Amino acid sequence: MRTPFIVRLGRSFDARSWQLVGLFAAFALVAVPVMHLLLPPENPLYLSTYFITLTGKILCYAIVAVAMDLIWGYGGILSLGHGLFFALGGYAFGMYLMRQIGRDGSYQSDLPDFMVFLDWKELPWFWVGSDSFLWVALLVLVVPALIAFVFGYFAFRSRIRGVYFSIITQALTYAAMLLFFRNETGFGGNNGFTDFKRILGFSITAPETRVVLFGLSALALIGTLLLARYLVTSKFGRVLTAIRDAESRVMFIGYNPLWYKLFVWTLSAMLCAIAGALYVPQVGIINPSEMSVANSIEIAIWVAVGGRGTLIGPVIGAFIVNLAKSWFTVSFPEYWLFFLGTLFIVATLYLPQGVVGLWVRLRAGRRRDEDAPMAVAKGAEA
Amino acid sequence: MRTIGLLLCGWLLSAASVQAAIDPSLLKPLASEDSDTKIMAIAALAQAAPDEALPVLKALADNALAVSGERLLIVDGERVFDAASNTEIKPAPVARETIGINNRVRRELSGALAALRLFSAEREVRWQAAQELTLSADAKMLPLLDKALAAETDSAIRARLQLAHAQASLGSTDAGVRHVAVRALGESSDPNVRQLLIPLTEKRGDAWIEPDSAVRAAAGTSIRAIEQRLAWADNLGRAFTGLSLGSILLLAALGLAITYGVMGVINMAHGELLMVGAYSAWAMQSVFRAYLPSALDWYLLAAIPVGFLAAALVGVLMERIVIRHLYGRPLETLLATWGISLFLMQVARTLFGAQNVEVANPVWMAGGIEVLPNLMLPWNRIIIVAFSIAVLAAMWAILNLSRLGMFVRAVTQNRAMAGCVGVPTGRVDTLAFGLGAGIAGLGGVALSQIANVGPDMGQGYIVDSFMVVVLGGVGQLAGAVWAALGLGVFTKFLEGWTGAVVAKIVVLVFIIIFIQKRPQGLFALKGRFVES
Repeated sequence: MRTPFIVRLGRSFDARSWQLVGLFAAFALVAVPVMHLLLPPENPLYLSTYFITLTGKILCYAIVAVAMDLIWGYGGILSLGHGLFFALGGYAFGMYLMRQIGRDGSYQSDLPDFMVFLDWKELPWFWVGSDSFLWVALLVLVVPALIAFVFGYFAFRSRIRGVYFSIITQALTYAAMLLFFRNETGFGGNNGFTDFKRILGFSITAPETRVVLFGLSALALIGTLLLARYLVTSKFGRVLTAIRDAESRVMFIGYNPLWYKLFVWTLSAMLCAIAGALYVPQVGIINPSEMSVANSIEIAIWVAVGGRGTLIGPVIGAFIVNLAKSWFTVSFPEYWLFFLGTLFIVATLYLPQGVVGLWVRLRAGRRRDEDAPMAVAKGAEA
Repeated sequence: MRTIGLLLCGWLLSAASVQAAIDPSLLKPLASEDSDTKIMAIAALAQAAPDEALPVLKALADNALAVSGERLLIVDGERVFDAASNTEIKPAPVARETIGINNRVRRELSGALAALRLFSAEREVRWQAAQELTLSADAKMLPLLDKALAAETDSAIRARLQLAHAQASLGSTDAGVRHVAVRALGESSDPNVRQLLIPLTEKRGDAWIEPDSAVRAAAGTSIRAIEQRLAWADNLGRAFTGLSLGSILLLAALGLAITYGVMGVINMAHGELLMVGAYSAWAMQSVFRAYLPSALDWYLLAAIPVGFLAAALVGVLMERIVIRHLYGRPLETLLATWGISLFLMQVARTLFGAQNVEVANPVWMAGGIEVLPNLMLPWNRIIIVAFSIAVLAAMWAILNLSRLGMFVRAVTQNRAMAGCVGVPTGRVDTLAFGLGAGIAGLGGVALSQIANVGPDMGQGYIVDSFMVVVLGGVGQLAGAVWAALGLGVFTKFLEGWTGAVVAKIVVLVFIIIFIQKRPQGLFALKGRFVES
């Protein structure tokens, strides 16, 4: 008999991992609201708004990192276009937030300010219905998925892979960025969407809203991790890994790599879009620079630093790099690029498995000191 | 006007003697309040002393002629000259009054000036005058033009004069003369001539402006001929800017064609190697400005080897320290070189500041060649096209004729076998990478002449140069050349239709679609590969 899905999902994590997930959920959904809303600011345990927005933002990045890890760490496909999907999700949800401003904008019009500014009389066709939360939620999921599917279908069918694929995705993102920078395309040009006021009628800057968004981001990250874990431990995940390691052999055995790659690619794009949609209300702005070439490559470095081919690695990597970024850009802005550049080089040269791999190696090293030399070979392999 | 023309003819026939100074009595009427007197004076002056009259009349046209008592003065900034003897007067008289002229005098004056200059001994002056006349000639000047045509020997100036002659004949009362003139004007490729002809085919009220129907028809034919020529020149101009953009893309991509195309190393820091070259040009300019100001115009020649060596050095260091450990792992190479690019950008920002630095064009690169009245080819673009051809030729020679090139090709084809027969593969890798980087440096030197030089400049070229290499196909130069030129020309023609940004998007989308169809690029290497 086939094991029920929920059981299989439950089994994809071992007991200790479930404990960690539970701990994290308790922290994000119970401890954070209490520490932010109920404690007075003088209390040493009080969490500031800065902490909530920064961490919430990084949680969204972590979702993107896990999505990137699915396609890169397990599928062997390095995408330099994930910034595009992230931004598309962000833009779709950003438009909903723009519509929520209503007549409170500087021009007191039903249309968003930037459209009034361009002297537009009505919404362009693709934004019709963007005042409905459900429709926008659908847009967030469907548009990036559709673009990813169509692009991926043609790319994978032509067996474009490796560096070629990376460069093509980069060109795609770059073209989209140029398009979004234009004023007349209906995406707000340079400034993008900003000055949000409400979400579902609630004030977007209220501490309660922030806490809810934070919790939602945490839940989305847990969901992403669960789904990813389930996928990579299933038969699908094994075929995917096999395609990564020896695509031709997998083909000769009788699998068609196209659909495996296409599925994980589209899924990865959708996860990015969700992350983008959660990111925009927390940060309060979305503009075309999210699609810049540099941003998409930075996603890859989160994954590389954390550890490819592990699921916790990208989350750790996203936190390390982004915490370092917010620390550097405040304290030593002129050294941030030096640090980031060095990180790219060090991570690729000396940390092929990221910090998670380093941790595993160190533990294996310690065990080797303690007992059998058998672990050496294993540790070296990892 | 007619008087001036006739007087001038008289002067020509009598071959006036060269005078060192002008008779002050000829000059005095110029200061008169009466316009008619002034015009007469201009004519008389032009007839009596054509060579000396030129600076005086010019000064009058420029509002630089002043009167002080009985004397006429030419004011040139702080300095003041005597109009009659053309000698400087020191100290400059304070009490002086500038001679003003009204539009009627100005018209007569410009005609007289042009006529005077038409007979100048200097070819350049005559050419200028003929060009000015093309737009202002009228029937009164016909005798003068006839005279000038008879005397002129330079064919380019003759063609100009004939055009002016035809234009002047348009005002003739004889329909036959107008007909001939209209047909002659059809030979022109000047947009202004078209403007001149258009009224002839139009109606004012109910009546045709041009009463003769044959002349009207000829005018229509001439306009179409001119328009055709104009469109042709337009396209030629676009093709040239496309060629120029293509040669820039080529310079940016040639280095990549070696590092990526031949060695298979994907170098995201390529744009920063361009930046190194561009900053070398700036550094050489500063060095020349400080130590060799007399030879400042030639700093660019010195920048070429310096740019090459600086970028090659950076490239060799990159290869030795980072890239060599990542051969066979292209995705990791991509990330590591991106890290290097961030590093180099920040180094440039720390050393030279975040602002763009100013690199000036040497004097010999300013200006351009006017091929057609509406088509000007700037020298700096021409020189860059020529430079990219030279770099391409040098690179081809290195790869195909030198020993290093042979080694590079051997290592590309079969690394293990090349090593077995004694090729030092490691050193060849380093040198080849250095060569690719050095060529990027040369591209940077060229870019410094037409683009902004700043820490971020490399970022703008990285997507474009990869597009060129990917489109051209990996592993050879010919593909990169065709791809670069094709992309350049294609982009420029698209820009004419859609504007720059949309053209760029269209080109990117086109490449994306193209790669789906031909994943190996335009010029795929023939062979059987399962896994490359």
